[in-house]
Amino acid sequence: MSFPVLSAILLAPVAGLLILLFIPEREELTIKIVSALATLVSLVLSVAIYFLYDSSQGGLQFCEEISWLPEWGIKYSLGVDGISLPLVLLTALVGFTAVFASWDIQRRVKEFFIFLLMLVAGIFGVFMTRDLFFFYLFFDMAVIPSYLLIIIWGSTRKEYGAMKLTLYHVVGSAFLLVAIIATAIYGAKALGYFTFDLYSLSQVNFDVGFQKIVFFLMLIGFGVLVPMWPLHLWAPDGHVAAPTAISMLLAGVIMKLGGYGLIRVALWFFPEAAHYWAPFIALLSLVNVIYGAMVAMVQRDLKFVIGYSSVSHMGYVLLGVAALNTLSLDGAVAQMFAHGVMTALFFALVGNVYQRTHTRELARLGGLAHQMPRVAAGFLLAGLASLGLPGLNNFVAEFLIFLGAFGREDLMLGGSLAFRTVAILAISGIVITAVYVLRIVKNVFFGPPLPEWEGLSDVRGVEMVPIVVLGFTLIFFGLLPSLQINMIDASVAPIVAKIKAAKAIGGIF
Amino acid sequence: MANLYWIPKAWLIPLLPALAFPFIAFITRKARGLSALTAILAIGVSLVISLGVLWEVIAHGITMDNPVEYSTVWLQIPQLLKIEAGLLIDPLSAVMLLVVTLVAFLVEIYSIGYMEDDPGFSVFFAYLSLFGASMLGLVLANNYFMIYFFWELVGLCSYLLIGFWYHRAEAARAGFKAFVVNRLADFGFLLGFFFLFIIFHTFNFRELAAAIPAYHNVGLLTVAALLVFTGPIGKSAQFPLHVWLPDAMEGPTPVSALIHAATMVAAGVYLLARAYVLFASLPNVMLVVAYVGGFTAIFAATIAIAQRDIKRILAYSTISQLGYMVMAMGVGSMTAGIFHLTTHAFFKALLFLAAGSVIHALHEQDIFRMGGLYKDMKVTTVTFIIGALALAGIPPFAGFWSKDEILAAAYHNGFLGLYILGTLVAFLTAFYMFRLIFITFFGERRAGLHGHESPPVMTIPLGILALLSIFAGFVGTPFTARGFSTFVYYAAPHEVEPDYMVMALSTLVALAGIALAWWLYGRPSDLPERLKESYRWAYNLLWNKFYIDEFYLWIYRRIFWGLAEAFHWHDRHVVDGLWDGVGDVTRASGQKLRYLQTGNLQTYALVFFTAVVVIALWMAGMGGMIR
Amino acid sequence: MITLNHYVALSALLFCIGLLGALGKRNAIAILMGIELMLNAVNINLVAFNRFLQPSQVVGQVFALFIILVAAAEVAVGLALVINIYRRRLDTNIEDLNWLKW
Repeated sequence: MSFPVLSAILLAPVAGLLILLFIPEREELTIKIVSALATLVSLVLSVAIYFLYDSSQGGLQFCEEISWLPEWGIKYSLGVDGISLPLVLLTALVGFTAVFASWDIQRRVKEFFIFLLMLVAGIFGVFMTRDLFFFYLFFDMAVIPSYLLIIIWGSTRKEYGAMKLTLYHVVGSAFLLVAIIATAIYGAKALGYFTFDLYSLSQVNFDVGFQKIVFFLMLIGFGVLVPMWPLHLWAPDGHVAAPTAISMLLAGVIMKLGGYGLIRVALWFFPEAAHYWAPFIALLSLVNVIYGAMVAMVQRDLKFVIGYSSVSHMGYVLLGVAALNTLSLDGAVAQMFAHGVMTALFFALVGNVYQRTHTRELARLGGLAHQMPRVAAGFLLAGLASLGLPGLNNFVAEFLIFLGAFGREDLMLGGSLAFRTVAILAISGIVITAVYVLRIVKNVFFGPPLPEWEGLSDVRGVEMVPIVVLGFTLIFFGLLPSLQINMIDASVAPIVAKIKAAKAIGGIF
Repeated sequence: MANLYWIPKAWLIPLLPALAFPFIAFITRKARGLSALTAILAIGVSLVISLGVLWEVIAHGITMDNPVEYSTVWLQIPQLLKIEAGLLIDPLSAVMLLVVTLVAFLVEIYSIGYMEDDPGFSVFFAYLSLFGASMLGLVLANNYFMIYFFWELVGLCSYLLIGFWYHRAEAARAGFKAFVVNRLADFGFLLGFFFLFIIFHTFNFRELAAAIPAYHNVGLLTVAALLVFTGPIGKSAQFPLHVWLPDAMEGPTPVSALIHAATMVAAGVYLLARAYVLFASLPNVMLVVAYVGGFTAIFAATIAIAQRDIKRILAYSTISQLGYMVMAMGVGSMTAGIFHLTTHAFFKALLFLAAGSVIHALHEQDIFRMGGLYKDMKVTTVTFIIGALALAGIPPFAGFWSKDEILAAAYHNGFLGLYILGTLVAFLTAFYMFRLIFITFFGERRAGLHGHESPPVMTIPLGILALLSIFAGFVGTPFTARGFSTFVYYAAPHEVEPDYMVMALSTLVALAGIALAWWLYGRPSDLPERLKESYRWAYNLLWNKFYIDEFYLWIYRRIFWGLAEAFHWHDRHVVDGLWDGVGDVTRASGQKLRYLQTGNLQTYALVFFTAVVVIALWMAGMGGMIR
Repeated sequence: MITLNHYVALSALLFCIGLLGALGKRNAIAILMGIELMLNAVNINLVAFNRFLQPSQVVGQVFALFIILVAAAEVAVGLALVINIYRRRLDTNIEDLNWLKW
């Protein structure tokens, strides 16, 4: 058996965490360095497997398997394909940069990094596992540390934000648990043995009525994380309360668990139900995109703006899911990656601003480009990515989603008008996005220098790490999207093939 | 085509400035001279290659019908999507390449002088390089996707450069406005070529050109064409999305010259030319294009006669001239539109740079606070007048020939109304330009403002552009054999027949416009003031640009923003209220139920035991029933 | 002849007495004693059923031993608690010990 590289990625943060337990509380620098190294190991390995992955072959690669609870068919089995690998890379990138974004943490440094690493490990697990049971296990492993991280190290209304976020997530995961158990039991009946293995379960032909119900449960469970309107409110409140690094991880990665779950589990297992619920998802995605963007526009707190912008951008992912074709799903996965990188960059920079000015109120900020040109440049880069400027990663993703949603093959002739209208309205989101992104850039960084902020310093040293790493990623995949899209496409193809083959039942409307 | 030398190197044209951007931004930012040198060197080499490309296009008989195309796959999804990165070199792009690189080269040299005291000197050159790269990429694009790609990037550069002096709130606001208005247009453009893609499954211009004539669903095609046309409406500042261009004058003047007069704003016209096969097949759409252009031309010209800011006057003149070009496209003469684009690029860049020279000397933009500048700024004055003559359409300056071709095309293709409109615009153009000249350069010196001539690094580009403004028109006069119209054309090359009536009339009205300007402003008189007083309402309407900005602002502030506020309220009170309500109900019921908890263990135990007994009895009863 | 019924009756009686003590007494120590009685009633049941139904096996006795063990532990913990409470409150009246409520 070859080197278990996925386990290494997953266990590097765990190892770091264990080492941290034995480092005295006072050695803050050592603690930070250990955390950085632990995530760096994951990052390097993730980059390595990203480029070692054979796109022409597709499918699951770097597989590992250890039987854990054989009576119930539960296995510790890891593997990545073109859908999960970009997200593993995303987790590694955001996890690594999040450590540097929390370099200035003052209180209880040791506990902070321990929880942070636990969170990162949990997310890695969700993206890598091939077993539904472990999927749920890792999923919850990600939820709990985020509660503690927000409630201890958070800021504005942190108790409220942390509790809200956790309750939303736990309610979502409860729906998910029911759906997973139901799926496993149905699968056990059909297959004759208990298994939680994703591939085995995907072979089962689920009854259409069953599909509709379980798909809906999963839609709620994963929808909370996406966050899908009207289950989105944890996002703005949670982000505002969370410390910088946690905002990065929440918006950058945890939201992607939802989209990933929808594509990997819901669409793959329940193609007929996907057809049934697609119009519903499309409508909600439209609300997400337009409503989210417009609400983002009128916010007065910088983090609220970014929080709602995530709601809006993840709406594109939902639109991609709802369109149920190759282009749109390719775009949805790419959008998850691109949005994760972009929004993590945003939050890192907002953290830099907040750390220096101690405020995030748009009305009080202004002219900061004079004092912090690097932050301003980074923020503009993230903003441009956010509004889908060509040459940056988000553009390719959004373009594919739009094209997929706009040109849904099966709806080309009859009955296309409704869906196309939804697509057109959703595309108009790019205009609103431009309005709110450039508005905050203008209000925060442009304009005459304010005397209040005289003498603030620009970012330097390790603080530059998030800007450089994440900014480079945005540009790299923006200019060379084939490195990303080809990989995704190879793995989306079987799912789309299954959806296409599914007898198209009428949509919900 | 084996012995081509320059054309296969055309990919270097956008690449060199593209490399200059990060080079300046990251390496030479501290060294100002080196930054300028890098930028100018990059665009200079691009200029040389562009000249080589143009020469080879002419020498090797590359025509509109047999262009050279190079392409590589940028992104491919099997059977569904193929996005190319490619170059399309035909006379159209070759001409445009030369215009862009030449103007950019001259403007960058000029900027050395204009921007010398600016702390953002290096950044300015970095942005200019990025702009050059994007614009050249746009020109060379062989498909809609790529043109959109660079279309957005030039929009970004425009945003960055308008807001270059970001410490000025107006500059930041103008950049914001420009980007958002353009975004609105690009949204339509994006949808337009999505429509084309779902019909034809390709973005490639040549493949589309081959497929469009065979397609017969006119309705769908019309929708697509109209949507594609919204792109030029935004980028080329056509009514009703023209509002961003005058505000864009907040940027440094070289930027106004290069981006907001000569090149980027012409990208819309260029797109129309590239997509001409789509428009030409749809007469109704052509009609829309023609009338939008014609209306914009006269609309902006009337606004220009009442403005006081030297750059704003030129900005409205740019809008008006772009309207001319779009009208030319609409009346069916792509040649005339591109010809006017070319000559306009030279003389409008000249006018802006000369105006920049004035602003550089005086730090003042209000023409009514200038006067008598010809005594101190001879070169600037002379070159400005040459530019104005070219713009006004006085023979034999460049603008005359191209404008004449547009008017002739309108007249001969049966658009009599647009022809009269165009002639009227010529009159207004001559009037407002010479109003500007008489007020600014002649008459008495005003208090406290003393001009001085700009350094040679600024005046030499002015001289070169002045020469181009005089002579560039000769490539396309009706008297030139094998001229512009046999080079850049749609469908078939044709020779332009001289129409002496059209020529004479347009010259006459232009001269009349100059005469009127002299009558009102060229001599001491209180007539303009009296006119202003007696036609107060008209003056107010023009001075306030027909209140269109106010109208848009009202929509933005009241309707759009109001809707957003309503959504926000809904989000916080209805949606959040709902879920928080669920939480509150849970909590409230807990508040009540907690009284069951007496804290007395014996009570609990009693309840517990009673329950066990009840269950036991119940099960016994059940057992009895089963039995 | 002492039959199983006698044992069961005895144990039920003992259990009821214990329950009455546990529910009715106010002194914490008396309550603990009541709980002990109930446990012993269960022990009687276990041993008796074992003897009459499965004479060849000792499962019942083993369980009874377990319970004796657990009961001893429980008494130890319970008494410790009571003593602690007494030290704080100088009182072991159960009606005053209602701190567990809301």
